[in-house]
Amino acid sequence: MIRFEQVSVTYGDAAAPAVRGIDLTVPEGELCLLVGPSGVGKSTVLNAVCGLVPHFTGGTLHGRVTVDGRDTRTHRPRELADVVGTVGQDPLAHFVTDTVEDELAYGMESLGLAPDVMRRRVEETLDLLGLAGLRDRALTTLSGGQRQRVAIGSVLTTHPKVLVLDEPTSALDPAAAEEVLSVLQRLVHDLGTTVLLAEHRLERVIQYADQVILLPAPGAPPVMGSPSEIMAISPVHPPVVALGRLAQWSPLPLTVRDARRRAAPLRDRLRDRTPPTAGRPAPGPGPEADRNGPAAEVRGLGVRRGPTDALYRVDLTVRAGETVALMGRNGAGKSTLLNTLVGVHQPSSGTVRVAGAVPHRTAPRALLRHVGLVPQEPRDLLYADTVAAECAAADQDADAPAGSCRVLVSRLLPDVPDSVHPRDLSEGQRLALALALVLTARPGLLLLDEPTRGLDYAAKARLVEVVRALAAEGHAIVLATHDVELAAELAHRVVILADGEVVADGPTDDIVVSSPSFAPQVAKVLAPLPWLTVPQVARALEATA
Amino acid sequence: MSAPQATRTTALHAGAWWLWALGLATAASRTTNPLLLGLLVGVAGYVVAARRTDAPWARSYGAFVKVGLVVLGIRLVFAFFLGSPIPGTHTLLTLPEVPLPDWAQGVRIGGRVTAEGMVFALYDGLKLAALLICVGAANALANPSRLLKSLPGALYEAGVAVVVAMTFAPNLIADVQRLRAARRLRGRPDRGVTALLQVGLPVLEGALERSVALAAAMDARGYGRSAQVPRAVRHTTSVLTLGGLLGICAGTYGLLGDTGAGYGLPLLLAGLTAALAGLRLGGRRSLRTRYRPERWGVRAWLVSGSGVAVAVLMIWANGYAPAALHPPAVPLTTPVLPLWPAVSVLLGLLPALVAPVPRAPERPRRAERAPSGTRAVRNGRDDGDDRLRGAGGHPGGGPHSPQHTKEPTP
Repeated sequence: MIRFEQVSVTYGDAAAPAVRGIDLTVPEGELCLLVGPSGVGKSTVLNAVCGLVPHFTGGTLHGRVTVDGRDTRTHRPRELADVVGTVGQDPLAHFVTDTVEDELAYGMESLGLAPDVMRRRVEETLDLLGLAGLRDRALTTLSGGQRQRVAIGSVLTTHPKVLVLDEPTSALDPAAAEEVLSVLQRLVHDLGTTVLLAEHRLERVIQYADQVILLPAPGAPPVMGSPSEIMAISPVHPPVVALGRLAQWSPLPLTVRDARRRAAPLRDRLRDRTPPTAGRPAPGPGPEADRNGPAAEVRGLGVRRGPTDALYRVDLTVRAGETVALMGRNGAGKSTLLNTLVGVHQPSSGTVRVAGAVPHRTAPRALLRHVGLVPQEPRDLLYADTVAAECAAADQDADAPAGSCRVLVSRLLPDVPDSVHPRDLSEGQRLALALALVLTARPGLLLLDEPTRGLDYAAKARLVEVVRALAAEGHAIVLATHDVELAAELAHRVVILADGEVVADGPTDDIVVSSPSFAPQVAKVLAPLPWLTVPQVARALEATA
Repeated sequence: MSAPQATRTTALHAGAWWLWALGLATAASRTTNPLLLGLLVGVAGYVVAARRTDAPWARSYGAFVKVGLVVLGIRLVFAFFLGSPIPGTHTLLTLPEVPLPDWAQGVRIGGRVTAEGMVFALYDGLKLAALLICVGAANALANPSRLLKSLPGALYEAGVAVVVAMTFAPNLIADVQRLRAARRLRGRPDRGVTALLQVGLPVLEGALERSVALAAAMDARGYGRSAQVPRAVRHTTSVLTLGGLLGICAGTYGLLGDTGAGYGLPLLLAGLTAALAGLRLGGRRSLRTRYRPERWGVRAWLVSGSGVAVAVLMIWANGYAPAALHPPAVPLTTPVLPLWPAVSVLLGLLPALVAPVPRAPERPRRAERAPSGTRAVRNGRDDGDDRLRGAGGHPGGGPHSPQHTKEPTP
C-alpha cells in the first residue's frame, strides 16, 4: 500500500539528509508503528507519505514514494487526499471550520461526496469517536482530548485507505488514548485501513501494532519487523519490554497480559521482598521540612472560568522536598490548579498560599522566588534569539548573579552552545532550557505542566533524574501529567482530579496500584505486589542474584 | 405554529436573518423620526435577546451597539464645534469663532450653536446608529461562516479564505493572553502596554507558523482540488465574467450620470446576467459538495418577509405621511409617533415568534451536585476505586457532555 524506494530527504540548507536509505513496503491493512528517538526524522517519513514532503516543506526527495500506486512526485497532497488522511501533532492547527460537525464534513466536501453519504459518515464518525454530544460545539471551546478526536474524525470521514498519524495520543489522558487506539484498531480490522503512526508513548500503542519500523539513529537506515523482534533491539521501548528483557523472557511480551502469564515465577521471587527505595523517589520529607510552613497550601479553592467551575473546593498541601503528581482526565482542572498557584487565575473562593504569599496579589518579580511554572508549551517562556541572551535575561529577571542561569543550563543541557536559537532545540532540550530559566530564581515550589509531552524515553529518563535531584535539594514539586510511568517513578503522592474536584489523594503506591487507568505497566504485571518501576525490580533481582 | 428548538436541521438560513436585518436597516434609512428609530432599534434588540445563541459570534451585538453610540456622539460633537448649515433661532450658546482664510469659505469653526442644528444632528446620528445596530443584529443572529457557505461554487474557495481569516483573530487574542500570562512566569509584569508590545513578536511568529501548518493541513485534506474543464468552457467563463463586470460598471455609470439614463438600465441588467452566468459556469471547475446546507423553509420566508415588509411599508409611508417620518428641525417641533408606520415597524418582531429557539445556555454546573462534592472520597484504596473507574470509563465526557450525569456518586 505504501512503498518507499531508496528514499532520502534533504532539507534546504541542511548538510546531511534528514532521512536516508528508506526502502520498505507497508502492506495493505496493517497497523504500522514508526518508532525511534527524537530527531531521527519520523515526521519527515510520515509527511513523505501524504506528499507534504517535498511539495509543501521544500527540500529534495530522492527515490520514490508511492501510495496505492500513486507517485507522490507527480501527485500533490490535495490529489492524494482521497487515499491518505493525515493528522499532525497539533490538532488546532488542523482545523479549517468552526464547529465540530462542519469540521468532520470538510474533507468530504472537498472530495465532492454526495450529501447523503456525507451525512451518514458524519453520524457514524460522531458515534465512533464519542463526539455526538459535542456536534454543535465551537472547536475553540473543546478540551485537548476532544480536539484530538475531532481531528482524527475529520480525516476518517473520507474513508482513506491510508491513515497517517503523528503522535495521536501524546496529549490525551490514558483512557481517552485507549479509546482513540481502539478506534484505529477497529478501522484496521473492519475496514482494512492501513495505518502508519509515530508515537513516543510505546506502552500505549505497541500492543496494537502489526509491524514496527525502527529508525535507530539520525541518518541510519530503518529496520522493519514484527513488534517483538524490533523491541528486542530497540533503544526505545516501553516498561513492559524492559521488564521482559530484565527477566529474560522469550519471546518478549508486548502486552501486560502476555507479561502476566510469564510473570508468575518473578512474582514468587519478589513476594517476600519489600520494594527498595532505589529507583523510586527518596522517602518523602521528614518532619523538619515543615519548619518553615508548607511550600504551598490550598484550602477550599474554587476557580470559576466562564460559566463553569474549573475547580471546586480543592484542598492541597505540598511540603518542601515532596513531589506530587496531579492526574486526571483532560479538562479536569490540572492546569487551572497550577496556574492558580502562580497567580494567573484568581480564586473565586477559598485561599491559596505559596510560601505564605497570596499568588495573584503578589508582584510577579517577588513571586518568582517562591514558585516557578514550566507551562505545557515551554516555548511560551522563550523570547530571545539565542540561549545566551535567554540566560542573561533570566539572571536579570531573578536578580541572580550573572551566569547563574548558564550554570543551570550546562547542568541540564551539557552539549548546547550559547548561540543556538531556542526554536532550533528539540522538545526535550527546550523543556530543559525553560526549566533552567525558571530555576534561576531558586523557587521553593516548582510546577511542571505535562512535562513529558513529545519526549522520548531517553529525554524522559534525564528529566526524571533532574526532578529527583531537585526534590532531594528540598524543592517542592507538583507535576500535572497523563504519564502514569512518570508519576510512578517520581511522585511521593498522587492527587487525582475529576471535574475540578479532588477525588483521591494519597501515597503513589496506594493510589496507582489500585487504579486500572492510572497504574503503571510494572504494577499491572506484578499486581497485587506493590512494585511500580523497572529499576526497582532490577535492584531487587541484583540483590538476590 | 410555535417555534421549535434550534438544531442544525431546523436552524434558520443565515440569509433570512440578513434579509430581515437589512429590511430594518432600509426602514431606518428612510426616516429621521427619533421615536420610529428608537422603535426599530428596540425591535432589533428584542429579537436578538430572544433568539441569539451563546456562540462566540453572537457576542458581537454589544460591540455594534457601542459603535453606534460612538457614531452618534461624534456626529453631535462635530455639529457642536463645526456648526451646521441649518438656520436656527434658538441659540444655546456662542463659541468663539476661529478666523479662517478666504479659501476656506463655507467652513466654520466655533460660532453659534443652535438648538435646531443640534436636533438635526441628533436625528441624523440616530439614523446612522440604528443602521449599525441592525447590521449588528444580523451578525449576532447568523453565523457569518454559514452565510459564506451559501456562496456559489466558484466563490467557495475565496469564502473559505475569509472564514479562516475570521477564525484567525480570536486565535491571535488567545495567543496574546497566553503569552502575557507566560510573562508572569518569567517574573515580568503581565499587565500594561509594555507587556502587550513585548509579546508582539512571539505572537506574530506563532501566527505565521500556524498559518503555514493550516495551509499544509488544508492541502492534505483536498482544498483546491478541481475538476478538468474543457478549454472552451474555461474561455467562455472568463469572457462572460469579465464582460459582465464591465457591463455592470458601464450600466451603473449610465444610471447615475445625467446623459445615459436610456441605456443604463438595460446595460446593467445584461451585465448582471452575464456575470451570474459566468459564476455559474465557473462553478463547474469546483468539485465541492455541500454538507447539510441550510434549507430555505417557511420560517425563513416569514423572517425575511417580515424584514422586507417593514422596509416596503416604511417606503410607502414616505408617500402618505412624509411630515411625520421627517419631523422638521426648523421650526423646532416635538416629534410624534405616527400610528401606521409604528405598527408596520412592529411587524419586524415576527422572528421573535417564529424563528427556532436556541438551546438554553447551560446553567453553571455544580449547583445541584454540591452535596456529593463535599463527600469526595479521599482515599484511593477502598471506595475511591469505584470513582476512578467511573472517571476513567467516560473519557469522552467533557464538562458539557451528557455522560457526565452517569458518573457514579459514592
